[in-house]
Amino acid sequence: MKLSVNGKEHDVSVSDDMPLLWVLRDVLGLTGTKFGCGMAQCGACTVLVDGQPVRSCVRPAAAVEGRAVTTIEGLSLQGDHPVQRAWAEVDVVQCGYCQSGQILAAAALLQAKPKPSDADVDAALSGNLCRCGTYQRIRSAVHRAAELMEG
Amino acid sequence: MKRIGNPWVLAGMLAGIVLLPKGVDSQTPRTAALAAFDTIQTVLQHPRCQNCHIPGNAPLQLDAGLVHTQNVQRGPAGKGAPGLPCSTCHGVTNPPASYGPNTPPGAPNWSLPSPEHKMVFIGLSKADLCATIKDPKRNGNRNLAALLEHVSHDKLVLWGWDPGVGRAPVSVPHDAFVASFKTWMAGGAPCPAGGEAKSARLR
Repeated sequence: MKLSVNGKEHDVSVSDDMPLLWVLRDVLGLTGTKFGCGMAQCGACTVLVDGQPVRSCVRPAAAVEGRAVTTIEGLSLQGDHPVQRAWAEVDVVQCGYCQSGQILAAAALLQAKPKPSDADVDAALSGNLCRCGTYQRIRSAVHRAAELMEG
Repeated sequence: MKRIGNPWVLAGMLAGIVLLPKGVDSQTPRTAALAAFDTIQTVLQHPRCQNCHIPGNAPLQLDAGLVHTQNVQRGPAGKGAPGLPCSTCHGVTNPPASYGPNTPPGAPNWSLPSPEHKMVFIGLSKADLCATIKDPKRNGNRNLAALLEHVSHDKLVLWGWDPGVGRAPVSVPHDAFVASFKTWMAGGAPCPAGGEAKSARLR
């Protein structure tokens, strides 16, 4: 199976029904994407596929053949995507486990809606759970990222 | 009282009733159509269908019709909120059975009706449900032929009979549903009395 991940082509030998998350973490060694619930309930495994958010724990890898997969490792070369810069500025992270999913979900939101309202942030990110409860800082950081993207 | 002019016509009509071979349905097309709509209602108001044919913006889920978790919303085009499209969790097919009973199901074009054409099924009386699905302003500008095509072949509709692990399929077989739909159409697609009764005229 041929997968395009973070701009690189990979030829992996896995069963067709292996979840994309397993391939990313266990086969390609991209462990920035996290396993949380295994049933698309928490958002920790969020990646982008052709720029759209996808829960990689419930998406068979075969379903994304020929499409561009972006993980937290590939969102920017230097970790300087506006969302990542905003996250650092606002000091969002506590334990950090959910944050790669949060950041990719935020990037997808800002792609779809460059200047989101609080309600837009809530609607887009309610599926990304944070057991540390950093939600207020996440919301602030999304707005800050919007400012950074606007220049 | 209006007099029937030709006694042979009356005699023929009576003979037609009396001499109808045993087993042949003596219902008029309209009566049969109204009976067929009972089946259509059963399908449209099954959780597999009505969970997304809702008046508000939060879809329902599972056989119990619970509000969808994660604050999921209809969104501007019926495909979810900006940044959280339905396709985030719902693929174009059900996930493999090995993924377990609590994973999101999938079918092509997983979505709700658009905000402009909500096509609400849930909670409607039989008469109002009938008026709703016939009204092009509420049904996505579909005429009867397009409705028949939709219920016969749309893969998202067909998913209702193959909903994956942990969900009850629609209780009426799909072929019986389509047959009922055709019977309803053949009888003029009548609506039971008691509803709005003034749906927009179909093209």
